[in-house]
Amino acid sequence: MTSANQGKWETVIGLEIHAQLATRSKIFSGAATAYGAPPNAQASLIDLGFPGVLPVLNGDAVRMAVRFGLAIGARIARQSVFARKNYFYPDLPKGYQISQYELPIVAQGALDIVLDDGSRKRVGITRAHLEEDAGKSLHEGLGAFTGVDLNRAGTPLIEIVSEPDMRSAKEAVAYMKKVHTLVRYLEICDGNMQEGSFRCDANVSVRPLGTDKLGTRAEIKNINSFRYVEKAIQYEVARQIDLIESGGKVVQETRLYDPDKGETRSMRTKEEANDYRYFPDPDLLPLAVDEKFIEEVRKGLPELPDEKASRFASQYGLSEYDAGVLTSSRELADYYEEVVRAVPREPKLAANWVMGDLAAALNKENLDIGARKMPAGRLAGLLTRIADQTISGKIAKEVFEAMWSGGASADAIIESRGLKQITDTGAIERAIADVMAKNPGQLAEYRAGKDKLFGFFVGQVMKATQGKANPAQLNELLKKKLPG
Amino acid sequence: MIHRNSLIQLAAGLRAKKFSSVELVRAYLQRIEASQPALNAFISVTAEQALTAAAAADRDIASGRAGALAGVPIAHKDLFCTAGVRTTCGSRMLDNFVSPYDATVVAKLKAAGAVTLGKLNMDEFAMGSSNETSYFGPVRNPWNTDFVPGGSSGGSAAAVAARLAPAATATDTGGSIRQPAALCGITGVKPTYGRVSRYGMVAFASSLDQAGVLATSAQDAALMLREMAGFDPNDSTSVDAPVPDYVAALDAPLAGVKIGLIKEFLDEGLDRENERRIREALAVLERQGASLREVSLPNLPLSVPVYYVVAPAECSSNLARYDGVRFGHRCKDPRDLQDLYRRSRGEGFGAEVKRRIMTGTYVLSAGYYDAYYLKAQRVRQLITADFKRAFGEVDVLVGPTSPTAAFRIGAKTADPITMYLNDIYTIGANLAGLPALSVPCGFVAGLPVGLQIVGPHFAEARILNVAHRFQLDTDWHLKSPERFA
Repeated sequence: MTSANQGKWETVIGLEIHAQLATRSKIFSGAATAYGAPPNAQASLIDLGFPGVLPVLNGDAVRMAVRFGLAIGARIARQSVFARKNYFYPDLPKGYQISQYELPIVAQGALDIVLDDGSRKRVGITRAHLEEDAGKSLHEGLGAFTGVDLNRAGTPLIEIVSEPDMRSAKEAVAYMKKVHTLVRYLEICDGNMQEGSFRCDANVSVRPLGTDKLGTRAEIKNINSFRYVEKAIQYEVARQIDLIESGGKVVQETRLYDPDKGETRSMRTKEEANDYRYFPDPDLLPLAVDEKFIEEVRKGLPELPDEKASRFASQYGLSEYDAGVLTSSRELADYYEEVVRAVPREPKLAANWVMGDLAAALNKENLDIGARKMPAGRLAGLLTRIADQTISGKIAKEVFEAMWSGGASADAIIESRGLKQITDTGAIERAIADVMAKNPGQLAEYRAGKDKLFGFFVGQVMKATQGKANPAQLNELLKKKLPG
Repeated sequence: MIHRNSLIQLAAGLRAKKFSSVELVRAYLQRIEASQPALNAFISVTAEQALTAAAAADRDIASGRAGALAGVPIAHKDLFCTAGVRTTCGSRMLDNFVSPYDATVVAKLKAAGAVTLGKLNMDEFAMGSSNETSYFGPVRNPWNTDFVPGGSSGGSAAAVAARLAPAATATDTGGSIRQPAALCGITGVKPTYGRVSRYGMVAFASSLDQAGVLATSAQDAALMLREMAGFDPNDSTSVDAPVPDYVAALDAPLAGVKIGLIKEFLDEGLDRENERRIREALAVLERQGASLREVSLPNLPLSVPVYYVVAPAECSSNLARYDGVRFGHRCKDPRDLQDLYRRSRGEGFGAEVKRRIMTGTYVLSAGYYDAYYLKAQRVRQLITADFKRAFGEVDVLVGPTSPTAAFRIGAKTADPITMYLNDIYTIGANLAGLPALSVPCGFVAGLPVGLQIVGPHFAEARILNVAHRFQLDTDWHLKSPERFA
């Protein structure tokens, strides 16, 4: 679905990202939070909302929320309040969700994203608040019944609410990726989108280009992949523009994205929306966070993605783009730095290999950086041999492939396959003499002025040495010998 | 006539092996059985478990490992969760509910050696002032079974008044311990909010609910409370402060103690005979050296309207979990989810509970929240400030516990507002989270009335001390209804 007149419209997007916090136990109970347990095996009486039970706040969840707040330069509320959001649903055992409403723990932060043209854009983060996740309704394999799995109920979440600062689906994805990177850097969320640990709601509206007033928005709920976020927003924008241009009106509503059909559809309109009757939860005291605690959390913060990227650029002489790619996850950055430590004079070579051959190989097999197949130390072993001229870059590709498929070290492969580069001038000279003797015709033509044939002789000598001749030396010697 | 003993006498007798816990428990079980048709104080009697626990207590006593309440029989209001024994909350909704765990209060009393006789009748979900809203039928006042015992802890009060147990646990959200204590002629203590754990107590209005005790005397109540109170890591609103020995502090003389009579309680709703009993009681305290003055708490008359916004608001949310999905009443053959919710809740809850859920839902709704809930919270602050100011002048505040003595069963059921006004003198202490108690101070037309004593936060020892000194010079607390003598 596209619209002919998209150019006349401006898209306005705000995201509400839900990130499950990586605490061992739930936000208000001692039950475990691990994913994949049999239904209701990880639901305590508190998660089940039994009569008489009471919530007790998990301090780790608070620490993680503060970590996030500090990382986005936000204000940490010295006092925040848990409220009850009341509605009936079978996966909501208490009939209310404990969340933060009027006084969230984190407010007024921002993150920078990089746009396609390389420029930076600041996206405001209105607030981030702590809340509990709901359970899940299961519809499959139960016939006419719906099952309820409350393992997820009470899992801590931070809901990160952005300002309506994004102007395209691409910007929204860039922002979402940025948050995704950050929460994983901070080790507060595993970022697993398939398991629902990281998901978002997108508020989308359009307005005539050059106007200030926000259009009526639709909220697309629960999107759990970057690709779907992009597609859902693109579809929704086109739908709204078409609707307005054909004389219709956008209604405020909640919509769902159907990835199979590639479209959004209405879930409920504003009129059908719940009145959540928020009020402060009398079972929990206001959450007080003092200066000392905040400083302690601040001291424990890791180097953040933006800081790391600029350090990579200056320390290793990398382009902003390369630095950005290499710091896109903490694991990748750590891997890169481990490789660089082994070849300290070749940071650019290391970057090319990590982002090039290694990334391609990992990608092909759907593996993550640091996979057992190619630990950093092993790749460093290969790069060391390139750096010390034991092998050429071309041979290195062959060695890499052998390492990838066989798991042996670079040195072992170079040794067993006899790939060590020939740097002995005498040996190269002998090979040159041999090639010249075998190709008198080409030699005559070259000497008659056909300079292009230089490459032919390089190739022949390389072939004769199985590619092992040091390319620089070979060039130099050929230039000396060929003219006669 | 073993039941004529106080709880403290029973505990001492058990330790001295004058009688065994099994004998004692048997005696009380017989009394419960005999009284049940007339009073309906119990919802569940756990005779078998009680006798097993009594036998264990006797062994503990024999081996010298006895806790403060070893072998002493008590009973719990039926909203304290008891593992393996059903906890109904006086509601059809939880008629079939058996808790998998013990409330902290239940566990603490068990640890002190107390033996549970059973679970006591109550207004449904603790909502009521006459024990007429119970799904299990009304409780009757032992002084005259045509009259109500008060509520919501009507079963607890009737049981103690009829000496079916020397003491009982109860809860007080808006007078639910003190008002039935007054109407049944016994002593009832609501501690400071946060003093006793709420964990395992089925919630009505979380910011007001507080567990306490009903006993025949301040002395017995002090011992019970000492064993019930204390910080509980499972209750975020419980307070981490040491529990004083309330029993040891009982005897302190009253010379120099400043008592303030709450002026606003001497209103046109107060029965004149009742007022006379209060003034007579205050004269007793003055004779002991306490000084008396009138104190004004101008915002206190707003307690009832504030309470009937705050409590229903919280209850509408607290009772949302009863949806027929995981526990409690579930309607037959639901057609779909909405039908399951509507019929399970429609069938499971009684009229008063529904009225409060609807009121609470209304006051929290978009567009009404500020005008009702928020304003009520502001007035609540004003009432709390009034108390704080008053406690700058006096050590304790006193007044009547209820406007009148017990009324006839059915007399007020048609008019909820008249019913709500029964709690006009008790609700203030809940809104401010203060400790308060009621002691019997005489009779009006053959039915008991109570004197209320309110203290500053965590001044349980002080109000129990005043109550005990009063009981040293009076014998109202020793009187028991003849029919259950």
